[in-house]
Amino acid sequence: MLASRALSLVGKRAISTTVCLRGGHGVSKIEEYSLPSYIDRLDVPLPDVRYVTNLSPEQKALKEKEKGSWAKLSIEEKMALYRISFEKSYAEMNKGTGEWKTIFAGIMFFVGFTGFIVAWQRKFVYGDVPQTFTSEWKEAELQRMLDMRVNPVEGLSSKWDYENKLWKK
Amino acid sequence: MSLPKPVMRGLLGKRLRLHLPLAFAFALTCAAAVKFGVTEPRKRAYAEFYKNYDATKEFNNMREAGVFESVRPSGE
Repeated sequence: MLASRALSLVGKRAISTTVCLRGGHGVSKIEEYSLPSYIDRLDVPLPDVRYVTNLSPEQKALKEKEKGSWAKLSIEEKMALYRISFEKSYAEMNKGTGEWKTIFAGIMFFVGFTGFIVAWQRKFVYGDVPQTFTSEWKEAELQRMLDMRVNPVEGLSSKWDYENKLWKK
Repeated sequence: MSLPKPVMRGLLGKRLRLHLPLAFAFALTCAAAVKFGVTEPRKRAYAEFYKNYDATKEFNNMREAGVFESVRPSGE
């Protein structure tokens, strides 16, 4: 009693809407997300609630007819009853969305954009490569490797003809 | 609504009866392919290389090319 008096003094607007009065003391209002909800999922074959909660007069009449013999229901009536209880059919629920095309396109787009960034970096950010990459240095490197007989059985030196000083055919 | 009762048991066993021999056959085939495609040719290549290999001659060629630090080419 005192609490309700105090709450009315504070003013309805000042309190958050989650508090309301019931039986003379505050009870939090039931939020919609805490109630059982409807979901179309392959692993939840029978959802917690029907899809349509507020039935129109025709739907109410149909529900009354459903209490009788089901053999008397026409195909359209059975379909209408299904659509009251469920949103999608199994075929509609399991159908693919084609979202993968968007995702793949997005991935390819950003990969391409990254290519631009890398090219710009190569031109404007990085300095020169070391002198060990010049062709003279590389030739001297290769000559030294052949002199040392690197990989003579199956690898580099096995492909070089030492007599005639050229690559084997 | 008189559908026959579906098979409820022995599903893994039924799958394994086919796939286990298949897996063994595939594994053995891969092993044989590696053996006869890679290791046997490699063994032959090494045998061929060392059949007429003259170590002293190769050493002298390398020495003349100047790659060693312990022995310099004979000219110097």
